[in-house]
Amino acid sequence: MSEDPKQAIIEVRGLKNAFGDQVVHDGLDLEVCRGEIFGVVGGSGTGKSVLMRSIIGLQTPVEGEVHVFGEPMIGRDEEEAKHVRRRWGVLFQGGALFSTLTVAENVQVPIKEFYTGIDPELMNEIAAYKIAMSGLPVDAGAKFPSELSGGMRKRAGIARALALDPELLFLDEPTAGLDPIGAAAFDQLILELRDALGLTVFLITHDLDTLYAICDRIAVLADRKVVAVGTIEELLALDHEWIQEYFNGPRGRAAAKPEPEPEAKADA
Amino acid sequence: MSVTPDFIQNVEDGSCVLRFSGNLTLLRIRKLSEQLESVDAQDLTVDLSEVERMDTVGAWLVHKLQRDRGAKLVGASREQQVLIDHVAAADQPVKMQRDAPPALIRVVSQVGEWTNNFLSTMLGMLGFFGAMLISFGHIIRHPRRFRWNAVITRFEVVGVQALFIIGLMSFLVGIVIAQQGAVQLRQFGAEVYTINLIGRSSVKELGVLMTAIMVAGRSGSAFAAQLGSMKLNEEVDAMRTIGVSPMEALVVPRVLATVLMMPLLGFFAAMMAILGGGIFCWLSLDIPPVTFIQRIREVVPMTDLYQTLIKAPVFGMIVAMAGCYQGMQVEGNAEEVGRRTTTAVVQGIFLVIVLDAFFAVFFTEIGWL
Repeated sequence: MSEDPKQAIIEVRGLKNAFGDQVVHDGLDLEVCRGEIFGVVGGSGTGKSVLMRSIIGLQTPVEGEVHVFGEPMIGRDEEEAKHVRRRWGVLFQGGALFSTLTVAENVQVPIKEFYTGIDPELMNEIAAYKIAMSGLPVDAGAKFPSELSGGMRKRAGIARALALDPELLFLDEPTAGLDPIGAAAFDQLILELRDALGLTVFLITHDLDTLYAICDRIAVLADRKVVAVGTIEELLALDHEWIQEYFNGPRGRAAAKPEPEPEAKADA
Repeated sequence: MSVTPDFIQNVEDGSCVLRFSGNLTLLRIRKLSEQLESVDAQDLTVDLSEVERMDTVGAWLVHKLQRDRGAKLVGASREQQVLIDHVAAADQPVKMQRDAPPALIRVVSQVGEWTNNFLSTMLGMLGFFGAMLISFGHIIRHPRRFRWNAVITRFEVVGVQALFIIGLMSFLVGIVIAQQGAVQLRQFGAEVYTINLIGRSSVKELGVLMTAIMVAGRSGSAFAAQLGSMKLNEEVDAMRTIGVSPMEALVVPRVLATVLMMPLLGFFAAMMAILGGGIFCWLSLDIPPVTFIQRIREVVPMTDLYQTLIKAPVFGMIVAMAGCYQGMQVEGNAEEVGRRTTTAVVQGIFLVIVLDAFFAVFFTEIGWL
């Protein structure tokens, strides 16, 4: 990759989001650099999903600026925003698959939208390997979302998010609802894709294992803004009540344990 | 350096070398795959050393060359190799389409499915009716537990809020009948019998039938959609686990409200149709309202009104039950809600009209002409 590795892919400045009287974000700043896996954590109701929605342009903030790939995202007209949109993929919390299309058709929707005229056979091949890559069984392609389990729906959502080989991936709680084996495989998939494709990942998660396993930096959302950004070690060194409780609670310690001895993890 | 993906074809050491350059990505894949089709040399070697950027689609293309034509790969960086390995691992026979049986078998199986559906729906409705009666019995034994508030809310939605549209519709239908009747009867010089036509048809048939159709469209569909969404949302399951019977909480209030509202709405519709017809007679046929009302009282027997009042609750029950039954059958996705709602309305109206025919024969037999 010829670009400057420290280049900010997502830049959020002074973001303010409010629903009526309820202020969700106030003066929130955030920066995500190229090629990093950036985790966002925070208690329930701290506006993690709202933050993601404002970055991808589904929620218009009251104040503030959002730049993605160096381009301003707020107040853009649809036609211009489209060119930015094809460079990212989004996985919503529930998968958000189109319920009237099969999984294969779901995966093909973004490709058909942005790259017309691709040979149907090649299109099917592309959809097929994306489906297999996201860890779905081979008979899943012809199934409708209602015929899939929650975890499989999530994988199908990932397959669709990866359809355009995006540079930037937004994941809203990707491992929630997956079994531990599936979640670990998913973490591995993200890591490998990042290494191979130079992917930047914006990841909202509550999964401490995911945080430890793949996140380069983590932002903590609290009090309507980002209270801290850094690696887990940097965050652990901070004297913030919620952060300490989050990472040093019983679950946080359990997730941290195998980290110093990766061989033991591989055996388990 | 060009960013358009391209390849140079060379013959080196007796094998054909495809040297790719630029970006090997989804953006230009269409042109590239067409070009690759036209390469028919055997013994291929793929050189990736000049590729600037490759995504999974590019990797797929390289993998296909390796798989189908036994191409050798050289000059791949570590990242590119990882990507190609990834894609190769994902090369599995993923099923893309459902197996489609031959046309004849499809037609036969569709007919069979349809018949099966029809019979199981009828059976299901019967079972649903039974379950409702059981719930009803339960409510009679424990009247305090019953949700009267829910019934009252439905009164408003099913009854009061429908008054305007049903009134307007009946009023207009009354005018149409009067006008059409007058044209025909005039040929026999029997214009005055228009009043008989308006009075009897509105009170006996049209009022209640039009009301049932309107209620099926307004409320039957709403029941199906409401219960269907609740079912999708697992609200119905949640209710069951808490120990609340969905039958008692959701179905019985809706059916009861519709059963109680239908006679009132049917009567109201009949009166509005008579009003419409009366105004037409007054303005167009010069029959004064006093005479009109006098004639109505003479020609419309009380049994006509009884018929309406007997039919209305039954129709209401059928419409509401079709709505609730279809709503409770929703499974799977949002499309199903729409499909079930349509079915609820079609089924409701169909059953109402079938039953109306039976009622007509029955009442004629017992002498309520």
